[in-house]
Amino acid sequence: MVTWALLWAQLFNGLVLGALLVLVAMGLTIVFGTLGIVNFAHGALYMIGAYAGYVAFLHTQSFILAMVSGAAVVLLIGVILERGLIRHYYARPPEDQILVTFGLAIVLIEIVRLIFGGISRRTDEPIWGNGVVNLGLLYYPRYQVEVLGIVTLVLIALYLVLYRTKIGLIVRAGIEDPLMVNILGINVTRTFLLVFGLGAMAAGFAGVINAPIVSVDPDMGAPILIQCFVVIVIGGVGSFWGAVAGGLIAGETLSLTTMVAPDYAQVMLFAAMAFILIVRPQGLFGVKTRQ
Amino acid sequence: MPEGGKKTLNRRHVLKAGAAASLLPFIHTGRAFAETPIGSWPAGVSGDTAFIGISTPLTGPYSADGADHLKGYQLAIEQLNNGGGIVSKLPHLSGKGVLGKKVIYKYADSQTQPNPAVQAQTTFINQDKAIMITGCLSSAVAVAVEKLAQREQVLNMVGCSGANETTGADCVRYGFRNQPSAYMADLALAPVLAKHLGRNLKAAYLVPDYVYGHSVFGTLSEAMDKKYGWKVAAKQIAPLGTNNFSSYLLNIANSGADVFINVTFGADAVSSTKQAKQFGLMDKMKQVQPNISAFLPDGVGAELMQDTYGTFDFWWTQSYKDPMAKIFVDDFMKKFNYNPRWAAHIGYTQMMFWAEAVERAKSFNPVKVIKMLESGFKLDLPGGETYYRAFDHQAVRAVPVVLGKKPSEMKSKDDYFEILDLVPGEDVMPPKGFQGCKLGPYI
Repeated sequence: MVTWALLWAQLFNGLVLGALLVLVAMGLTIVFGTLGIVNFAHGALYMIGAYAGYVAFLHTQSFILAMVSGAAVVLLIGVILERGLIRHYYARPPEDQILVTFGLAIVLIEIVRLIFGGISRRTDEPIWGNGVVNLGLLYYPRYQVEVLGIVTLVLIALYLVLYRTKIGLIVRAGIEDPLMVNILGINVTRTFLLVFGLGAMAAGFAGVINAPIVSVDPDMGAPILIQCFVVIVIGGVGSFWGAVAGGLIAGETLSLTTMVAPDYAQVMLFAAMAFILIVRPQGLFGVKTRQ
Repeated sequence: MPEGGKKTLNRRHVLKAGAAASLLPFIHTGRAFAETPIGSWPAGVSGDTAFIGISTPLTGPYSADGADHLKGYQLAIEQLNNGGGIVSKLPHLSGKGVLGKKVIYKYADSQTQPNPAVQAQTTFINQDKAIMITGCLSSAVAVAVEKLAQREQVLNMVGCSGANETTGADCVRYGFRNQPSAYMADLALAPVLAKHLGRNLKAAYLVPDYVYGHSVFGTLSEAMDKKYGWKVAAKQIAPLGTNNFSSYLLNIANSGADVFINVTFGADAVSSTKQAKQFGLMDKMKQVQPNISAFLPDGVGAELMQDTYGTFDFWWTQSYKDPMAKIFVDDFMKKFNYNPRWAAHIGYTQMMFWAEAVERAKSFNPVKVIKMLESGFKLDLPGGETYYRAFDHQAVRAVPVVLGKKPSEMKSKDDYFEILDLVPGEDVMPPKGFQGCKLGPYI
């Protein structure tokens, strides 16, 4: 039965669900927008972040260190991958890029399976995230409320980097017109490395944050990757605000549909995407002129 | 297509069917029967080997159980070929292959989806001449592979599948299912829930959206509601592979239920159980998982499994009282360095059962093997006496009902469950004609 209390609860839940999606989708959309690479390995990087965080937490019992290590390890992996593999594909057709990142995802997933096995790894929320918090109108898991705060802070930091620094200016220019950035003689190689590393790091960080909430297993990246594609299609490829809006729309769509018709939640998510594709193919915040 | 064309086609069909029907009496004569190749027989066993096609999920939400399942097959095949384990305890097995032929196998990753499983098994049947196919971890996959087995006339020892449909609405002549069906598991579980939790309670269900989930919800809610006055306070259907159940759990938290019945499985069960804890459901509601995912406690920890009621196909501590189970558990531990979970048990026992049936039939001819399995011969296997029913091919065997132990009560790191009851299979079998099972023809 739908009550006001449940409606508020689901609205808030949609916000948290959306925030988690925004965090994962952000890395994907920045890489997609700037480098033109549809990174199918993004889900695998998210998974590696969760495992790196798990290992760090196991040895240090500090969730803060786990977050830092998860992000750092995946940043490092991202840098290695960009230097060793991805950069050779910038100039190649999209099919090649899709195939190489898809193949890369399989390799990364199987390496993790080889080392850790397929059984879910136990990852509890940090001590400061235990229990339920009373938000007045509803009770909600303390950890997930904190996640909302953490994601907001990270997004603000990312916003400042993208919109208040020179490097951010280059990245945004790259999203809108990569050719022009090239012509202007900017060191695109370094920028591309930075963008890919940043995207990977965002995925890794999201992995650690999500680890106490979801099952940590080698295949954990697959379902969230699909939802992230939906998010960036809704929001518009390469757009910061697009990812934020897309994530929140996806989160609220899932949450509110579940309230009235749980079996149609996923369908509605894809229906929302289809609707956006029909009325505004470039997405809510997408740049129409980008080739 | 024009109307006339359709009519012609229909007439042709009728003619063909008539011609086929006129041949029927000859097919069943003894001579023709012995010589007619059926499926991959006799081509599959013309050499000195017998090929088994195995597909289990090694990726996707059920991959942990899938890997365990495969290990059960591997141990059984090794012992069938080289002796050891329960082979010497079963009356007709030699430990030198099956009917003197070495058992060989290949396995494929079903990805927890029907299509890859059907593709892999089709390749095993066509290219490797598989004499038997097996392995599964999702009833959606089981039903798809059963249809393939019937079409290709290759015997299918189903593997892990809990949905009633596998030996109910979708039963086939060429498929045999070892795992207790949802009907059996739920009928075994229901009185235990009523006894320990009480009558006239409200229950909230979290149901994975495929044949297994709907099957469990249907039988358990009916059993609890009709016999013990329970009511369904919420039914939340979530797709297989969901990672964030928060919106479903909010509905459940808001439903006023006394009991939370979580039907999800594999990685989905890990995510939903973790989140249920975070949403405070563990403190507010009693926990039931009708068919517990064997690796769930490893993913969420014993704290979250304690006081959870559920059933298994098999739990390794049965080896304390069951000598056959002890042999299996000890051998498995020696080879793989952990206690087998129930998917491994199903792989292991099915291979042994099939081998015994082939030896008794003195032939790999699938029709003879099917008839031997249908004869209802009983085998003492790890987990207790087991036999198949002729009219729906469901194994009759005990169902362990378990309760999650408190961490302080655990004697070893994976001693997660206490066996509350070992319910005899005969007490919980679905009636003949349940879901209108029609097995289909032998040939």
